[in-house]
Amino acid sequence: MLEIRNLHVSIEDKKILNGLNLTVHDGEVAAIMGPNGSGKSTLSYVIAGKEDYEILDGEILLDGENVLEMEPDARAAAGIFLAFQYPLEIPGVATMTFLKAAMQAQRKARGEVELSTAEFMKRVRDGANQLGIPQDMLKRGLNVGFSGGEKKRMEILQMALLEPKFCILDETDSGLDIDALKVVSEGVNRLRGKDRSFLVITHYQRLLNYIVPDTVHVMAHGQVVKSGGKELALELEANGYADYKTLAA
Amino acid sequence: MPAVKETVDQVKAIDVDQYKYGFETEVEVDKAPKGLNEDIVRLISAKKNEPAWMLEWRLDAFRRWLTMREPTWARVDYPEIDFQDIHYYAAPKKNAAPKTIDDVDPAILDTYKKLGIPLREQEILAGVQQSKVAVDAVFDSVSVATTFKEELKKAGVIFCSISEAMREHPELVQKYIGTVVPVTDNYYATLNSAVFTDGSFVYVPKGVRCPMELSTYFRINEKNTGQFERTLIIVEEGGYVSYLEGCTAPQRDENQLHAAVVELIALDDAEIKDSTVQNWYPGDKDGKGGIYNFVTKRGDCRGKNSKISWTQVETGSAITWKYPSCILRGEGSRGEFYSIAVSNGRQQVDSGTKMIHLGKNTTSRIISKGISAGHSQNTYRGLVSAHRRATGARNFTNCDSLLIGNKCGAHTVPYIESKNGSAIFEHEATTSKISEEQLFYCMQRGLSEEEATALIVNGFVKDVLQQLPMEFAVEAQKLISISLEGSVG
Ligand SMILES: Nc1ncnc2c1ncn2[C@@H]1O[C@H](COP(=O)(O)OP(=O)(O)O)[C@@H](O)[C@H]1O
Ligand SMILES: [Mg+2]
Repeated sequence: MLEIRNLHVSIEDKKILNGLNLTVHDGEVAAIMGPNGSGKSTLSYVIAGKEDYEILDGEILLDGENVLEMEPDARAAAGIFLAFQYPLEIPGVATMTFLKAAMQAQRKARGEVELSTAEFMKRVRDGANQLGIPQDMLKRGLNVGFSGGEKKRMEILQMALLEPKFCILDETDSGLDIDALKVVSEGVNRLRGKDRSFLVITHYQRLLNYIVPDTVHVMAHGQVVKSGGKELALELEANGYADYKTLAA
Repeated sequence: MPAVKETVDQVKAIDVDQYKYGFETEVEVDKAPKGLNEDIVRLISAKKNEPAWMLEWRLDAFRRWLTMREPTWARVDYPEIDFQDIHYYAAPKKNAAPKTIDDVDPAILDTYKKLGIPLREQEILAGVQQSKVAVDAVFDSVSVATTFKEELKKAGVIFCSISEAMREHPELVQKYIGTVVPVTDNYYATLNSAVFTDGSFVYVPKGVRCPMELSTYFRINEKNTGQFERTLIIVEEGGYVSYLEGCTAPQRDENQLHAAVVELIALDDAEIKDSTVQNWYPGDKDGKGGIYNFVTKRGDCRGKNSKISWTQVETGSAITWKYPSCILRGEGSRGEFYSIAVSNGRQQVDSGTKMIHLGKNTTSRIISKGISAGHSQNTYRGLVSAHRRATGARNFTNCDSLLIGNKCGAHTVPYIESKNGSAIFEHEATTSKISEEQLFYCMQRGLSEEEATALIVNGFVKDVLQQLPMEFAVEAQKLISISLEGSVG
């Protein structure tokens, strides 16, 4: 599904990713763990195509195709979805309006027919119900005045509606209480399938009790420094990141 | 979001520097020589077959104008205007006074058609537009056609050019003209009083709700010509009218002056809704050419419980200097001002409103949305005042600015004067930027950069667009996106 080879990235002359390698197979849920500042969000932005980053070397292949030359909207249409660590507010644009614009834009880019309004409304309502998002929230400006937890649910709703094949979750657990964490995790688990892969970025092992990963990668200083199965997360929980900080330094 | 999609398609269809209405119409014109003096004032008055009192009124204005100075307090910057280098009258020669639409020069009818304003009633009726809109078409210095006059007449509504009103209804014109914007109000208004050439006149009698939207479409075509139009709208007790004006001009390297005066008078329980979609040529991306739009618009809520509402969508002009205002004289009267001012390229906007509370329990509401992009400067300047007798006066002002890019400027200059302790004035203001982060977020969801910008801007101006008559809201939304084309990235 996704293959990253020898990725070197800097921003404002500051080197952040230092020859990162990572492979995520079809249907795999890969977790990335690492201390603050190790470059996890940078990695997610670079995969999604945010400007300002300088790609010094390496490639990112989605199903064998290099995405580095593609605009963010083209990457989205190709199936890359990023659930933001800090979702943005779009005042005056009703959430429903935004969802429709996004869904129709992606369908159009993929050469699919537009959804009928009835079908669109049904999907949004069902999706919102499953995530415990009240219907009247869909009429409000996107993310405007939403609590941290509501914003994260809204990210998962968008993910469910857009049906991407490669989903990145950047610290989706941060700011969630235990109930919200369960709802969000269930939302993610419902989307798991053999044609869809996940990159779950988190700082804490807690999330991985709910979204159980197939593989765990430890990131430090812009590199994947250790990979293993889900037990690696528990090991990190016990020992902390101290070992890795010195290891790569 | 069909509107967004249409917007985007339209934006894509045109070049960054391509003002869609920039074409020029070839017509033979009857033009006054360049320059301004008493003879020119007399010539204009003679061309219009005006009554003698009108000429005296003009001459008086002209003499006063000679003693006045151009105001310099606005945050706009332009080279000195040579008032002797302008033609003050230009009219199409062919069929100077068309009696019916069939007498109008086909080149002019074509011009309006190209602008999307059909003037033949059967074309309007055959069109897709659901509701009827009566149009007065002003081409340079003269009104060339007014539609649906007969139908309006049946309802008792007078809708015609101000030149015609001066001949056909002199008593009404004489009674009201200059009573809201006095001859000596300000430099440009005084100039207008001396040399105004045409504009629209509306009279709605007691108890009549005007059966359709009225609109005037102003077109500057001739080179080196100023347009000085004058609009006068009177609504008697309990009447209602919704009036809209639109404006465009050809794309030219030299600047052209447009100095209009609009006066509204609402008597007891009357309501006037005045909307403007202003799209004069803004100049090119380096600031060459464009219209200087120096306009005085004022409404007088003369009667008790009367209401005047201004809705302004401004995307054009090199310089905009305009403060549509309300004098809230009648007890319980209400003034509203909704505005979207978009500036891009080298455009300069200094605009806002004045809400002058004179009567008891008068209320006003100001919602202003400024969008600045490119190297433009966009200033909101607003006055809210309460006279000492204006017990119970209330105002709410909300003034938001949106910046696109980091070479433009947004400024807010509110003035508040209260001489009555019971007046309650509230003021809110915000300035925000379309951030790279917001754009990236939208694009990550699959929207293109243009779609993302259109969506964010539409969200920003939504509250004001809702105030426009339906037929014009979609048009205005498109216009805003087109004006901002090329401003991101
Ligand atoms: N726009 C930026 N300009 C300069 N440095 C940045 C920028 N964004 C991130 N960084 C730096 O890059 C490093 C990695 O940040 P980030 O990817 O957010 O890490 P993580 O998500 O793992 O906490 C940090 O040291 C951070 O300060
Ligand atoms: Mg992070």
